[in-house]
Amino acid sequence: MLLSMQDISKSFAGVAALRSATLEMADGEIMALVGQNGAGKSTLIKILTGAYALETGRVAFNGGNITFASPAESQAAGIATIYQEINLAAQRSVAENIYLAREPRRFGFLDHKRMRQGARRVLETFHLDIDVDSPVASFNAATRQMVAIARSVEQNAKLLIMDEPTSSLDEREVGILFETIRMLQARGVAVIFIGHRLDELYAICDRVTIMRDGQTVAVSAMRDMPKMELVRHMLGRELAAFEALSESVEAHVERPVRLELAGAASGVRVRNVDLTVREGEISGLAGLLGSGRSETARIIFGMDRLERGALRINGQERRYSEPADAIADGIGLVSEDRKVDGIIPDMSIRENMTLALLPKLRKAGMIDRARQDEIVERFIKALAIKCASPDQPIKELSGGNQQKVLLARWLCTNPKVLIVDEPTRGIDIGAKSEILKLLRRLADEGLSVLMISSEFEELLAAADRITVLSDGVSVAVLPRKDMSEKALLAAMAHQVD
Amino acid sequence: MFLTRLRPKSSGDLARLGVMVALFALILFGALRYENFLSSFNILSFLRYNAMFALIALGMCFVIITGGIDLSVGGVAALASVVSAFASPYGWAAGMAAGMAAGLAFGVLNGVMITQMRIQPFIATLAAMLASYGTALLLADNQSVSVSYDTAFTMIGQDDILGFPIPAWIALVAYILGWIFLERLPAGRHVLAVGDGEATASLMGLKVTRTIFSVYAFSGLLAGLAGTVLAAQFGAGQPTEGVGWELFAIASVVVGGTLLSGGAGSVGATLAGVLLLGMVFNVLNFENGLGWISLSAYWQSVIRGLFLLVVVILQAKIATKRTDSIE
Repeated sequence: MLLSMQDISKSFAGVAALRSATLEMADGEIMALVGQNGAGKSTLIKILTGAYALETGRVAFNGGNITFASPAESQAAGIATIYQEINLAAQRSVAENIYLAREPRRFGFLDHKRMRQGARRVLETFHLDIDVDSPVASFNAATRQMVAIARSVEQNAKLLIMDEPTSSLDEREVGILFETIRMLQARGVAVIFIGHRLDELYAICDRVTIMRDGQTVAVSAMRDMPKMELVRHMLGRELAAFEALSESVEAHVERPVRLELAGAASGVRVRNVDLTVREGEISGLAGLLGSGRSETARIIFGMDRLERGALRINGQERRYSEPADAIADGIGLVSEDRKVDGIIPDMSIRENMTLALLPKLRKAGMIDRARQDEIVERFIKALAIKCASPDQPIKELSGGNQQKVLLARWLCTNPKVLIVDEPTRGIDIGAKSEILKLLRRLADEGLSVLMISSEFEELLAAADRITVLSDGVSVAVLPRKDMSEKALLAAMAHQVD
Repeated sequence: MFLTRLRPKSSGDLARLGVMVALFALILFGALRYENFLSSFNILSFLRYNAMFALIALGMCFVIITGGIDLSVGGVAALASVVSAFASPYGWAAGMAAGMAAGLAFGVLNGVMITQMRIQPFIATLAAMLASYGTALLLADNQSVSVSYDTAFTMIGQDDILGFPIPAWIALVAYILGWIFLERLPAGRHVLAVGDGEATASLMGLKVTRTIFSVYAFSGLLAGLAGTVLAAQFGAGQPTEGVGWELFAIASVVVGGTLLSGGAGSVGATLAGVLLLGMVFNVLNFENGLGWISLSAYWQSVIRGLFLLVVVILQAKIATKRTDSIE
């Protein structure tokens, strides 16, 4: 046994991030570590590397119990990490990056010659012939990653942790990376491979550890774990049993298409997405983490450039260069992370709600307070926002009520299309159902809603159709009558029959 | 020669080459235009005077490479000049040690404020600047403090060795050591890596806090040394001297191609930057002496400012081009 992490628990400000999680690895093994956002993968890894302190539980590595106080200590013990955003000193040379913190010395001085030769030698084993004196910044992502791997090899790492190593690589580069990983395995190096693209996990990993809600829910040999089963473990099933909100509406099919994406592609995350949202319907968008859901929303909202394909609003092709263009077309976006992109905590409900409307609220260059008050009052009543007064700072509201204020922010601009990304995240169960009902009502009044969600119950309860994304490609569209948990799981695991 | 490789490989090298060309052009201009420009008197007094700026610019160079700034160097030099003047009756070594200790103390204070109390370098060193001027004025009772002429203290600033001013020797040794440190010792490369990105450097196992602390301590030590030279050269501790030195130092470092954003920089180019800025002042003095024009000190200040602006704009242009080529 190379690594054994047992009973690991960790909480932040009273919120449990890990609850008795375990992770075990044999020498030279390639282990897939998977889980949804917030499942606890990165917390577990950070405890292993010493970035977080171990509070409860035991970690044994290479035959002895250990607690690492810093990344430097775990590195010295033979654990190396390749982060998603490749962590190298960009302006320093390739050779320096490989040896930084462990430079070869001669009488205390830097031995440039030995450093260069060593760097060339270790890169050669990966068939990489580059100028080791050039700054790392002058190479592409794939090469930089190789340099990071070369660094870990040079440090005699026994365990290599790779956090989404393929996220910025193209297909050919992924092939080279896998070849490299197998080469490392042949040398006895064990690898923890954190990733979301299932095909890649099945292609390279020996075993899989699945995490959910801070716990290890399944460990298995990769070949004994069917894709469907893996996805089911990842997503779990805490069926909150929402009442079905959508009538079985075949009538929606007749309604005109308001928003359409055809063959949309942008960057590496969105590769080929077809999507329609009709007038007065809730169109669901599902997919695993990293499947390109939020990135698709970014394209529609003008935050990312549409590189290929078409975006049509009411049948007319549009091209947005910034969100202001999308807003002008009546599109609103309530983003995934309320705290970062949404609310301005210290500002009042009034100010938060009318932020998007301010340009239209002018009267002789000043804010028309009477109209502002009238609008705010109206939405507080319509959405049943529980608050002491419109002047209350938004940070004092509950998550559900904050979300309602954000919805109102767009609703008061009278949008045609509203994109909601994880609209019920971090909201208690009662408020969840209330938000969903609200969205349903708005749709019934004619609004087109695009709802991105990783919660099955929510999608199944509220959506009129669900488009499923897998690795940046829309792989299935489920109409109301075909919706089921099983169908969703199958589509996400990309096993469409 | 440790000044620069003359083969431009990166834009940083290009900036360094630019400084060298500008420096030699200015020297050539002065030599052709003014009779006594290349006289040994002018050259030696130029070196003697600018050695002080060279010292603080060296410390500033390391600080800026880490992405920080040290605004306290002028005040610390003023304080050190007063402290060393007080210690000068006990011999030149005592005076020098006292001045450098005063500088080191403020450098350590800066380092603690920035690494332990997590105060922004700009604010921390601004506070240290005010505190050091205040301390200097208090100690000196608001007037200059005469140094002792009974000991050899003044030789630090006024004598020559092998026909070369001692302050210039001190600066030369400091620059050679600084160059060896940055280019040849692992700890020096770590300063560069930390400036490239603190989080990254920490993940790669570097001791980031220690590195940042050290550059501020070093900058304080060199400011103390510069203050000692100041007192020895002018025969008095000067509590009101040093105003604007930090700007001169920052300007020299930037003119030499060191990025204010950190992560790249050169000791040799910083020296070239000091010489270039000093040379601009020198030429202006000669121009005044020629009598063709009569520039008041105020006008000289404006011209220096404009010169600096041009250099910084050119540098920003080069830097932009560089990022473009990376992306």
